[in-house]
Amino acid sequence: MKIAYYPGCSQEGSALDYGKSTGAVCAALGIRLDEIPGWNCCGSSPAHSVDSELSGALCVRNLDLAAREKADVVTTPCPSCLSNLRMAWHRMRNDAYRDSVNGLLDEPAAGELPEAISVMQLIGRLRDAEELATYVKKPLTGLRIAAYYGCLMSRPAKIMDFGDPENPTLMESLLAACGAEMVDFPLKTVCCGAAFGIPERPLTAKNSGRILELATKMGVDAIAVACPLCQMNLDLRQKQAAKAEDAHFEMPILYFTQLMGLAFNIAPEHLGLDQLCVSARSIVQRIDANAPNGGGA
Amino acid sequence: MTNAISLDRVRDPAFTRIVQERSGQDITTCYQCGNCTAGCPAGFVYDRQVNQIMRGIQLGLKDQVLSSNSIWFCLSCSMCTLRCPNEIDVAAVMETLRHMAREEGHVTVPRVEKFWFSFLDTVRAFGRSYEIGTMALYMLRSLRLTTDLDLAPTALKRHKLPFLPHIAHHQGAQAACRIFERYRKRAKAKGVRP
Repeated sequence: MKIAYYPGCSQEGSALDYGKSTGAVCAALGIRLDEIPGWNCCGSSPAHSVDSELSGALCVRNLDLAAREKADVVTTPCPSCLSNLRMAWHRMRNDAYRDSVNGLLDEPAAGELPEAISVMQLIGRLRDAEELATYVKKPLTGLRIAAYYGCLMSRPAKIMDFGDPENPTLMESLLAACGAEMVDFPLKTVCCGAAFGIPERPLTAKNSGRILELATKMGVDAIAVACPLCQMNLDLRQKQAAKAEDAHFEMPILYFTQLMGLAFNIAPEHLGLDQLCVSARSIVQRIDANAPNGGGA
Repeated sequence: MTNAISLDRVRDPAFTRIVQERSGQDITTCYQCGNCTAGCPAGFVYDRQVNQIMRGIQLGLKDQVLSSNSIWFCLSCSMCTLRCPNEIDVAAVMETLRHMAREEGHVTVPRVEKFWFSFLDTVRAFGRSYEIGTMALYMLRSLRLTTDLDLAPTALKRHKLPFLPHIAHHQGAQAACRIFERYRKRAKAKGVRP
């Protein structure tokens, strides 16, 4: 199976650590990702908020490039990219939309475009829990983790096809296979406030604050995330969220790939752990202590 | 009947039809259960709740609906769509309203649109989004020059804001720019600010 990789802009910018840890974990699992040559931004929420066809054209160009590389599937770690790529892929079945999007492209897109799936789904499909467990060198045993998916990974349900749209469980399965104790986190798909941290801070601070507050009350050691924007809102903006809730938080926010990488005994610097604003040092130390030989990388 | 309020004077039946056609949703089936509003994470900053927007569309209250701040603060999280018992894609309706409001030149919360344009300008220039560029353009456009300055030291220390943009290679930046140019031509022909 040829897998075309669409990193998404954040993974080269504010979420370098997500890009790094995605690459490291897939490499450790022997999953080969071929980056789409010359890929462009999907346009994220601004593009579809402005115009559906502009968003479609930006996305379809990438799917078309993947089709030309004879890819069977496109994969991306970012739920926003995923949502836009999948939305465009679905809408291209409509002739009027297809013609309109083709009119914005240099040349019409290929007739058959590959489907986009998340890196999380890719890992889940290629390696079952039993197989994953064979890669674990330092189990996440003893760590209580809340899986937070954000709103885009599983919704709209008909477009995303990601299991129960309010209660997806894939991230829990992957991290449980690595030994973590996963709590049942009720806000797992409630929006964090998205990109409104910039134009309307209270909207993001309040929503992220609720998520951090509940996780803190549930006594989890960390929140595992799958979205670069959720990560930024919960981690970099954690103090803004605390202020909105009139509370104090000290909650490490790790990408699920960083946690898997630690379990696979990949060095923290190859997972970009130094980029986290709220330190994950205590998490790393506890995982180290779980190594069969008593620690040490 | 001097005190009577004439709904006919504010109602625009064509509005109901156009929203339904463009969003592909049958809004007449909304019976005001309020599930959309109950699940909406942005409702606390809305001037009209989602169920009120839906009712406004049914009644053809075009001006009230399109001038509401709610359509600009909608997070597009689709919780409303998921929980609608009549399977109305409420989030798609909100998106349609944003598009229609822009076409009418009716942007109630301009800073949200300014943020979108700032983001998209960097994509048009480099083929990829560029965070520092987006922030700088947004601060200039909105004159909110201190936006997120409290985050800058940490963001820089943690290498979250690369100084230089990433440019889509293999002609990707140029191809993306051409998509924008064709879109702009099309938008201008329709009289919409691109």
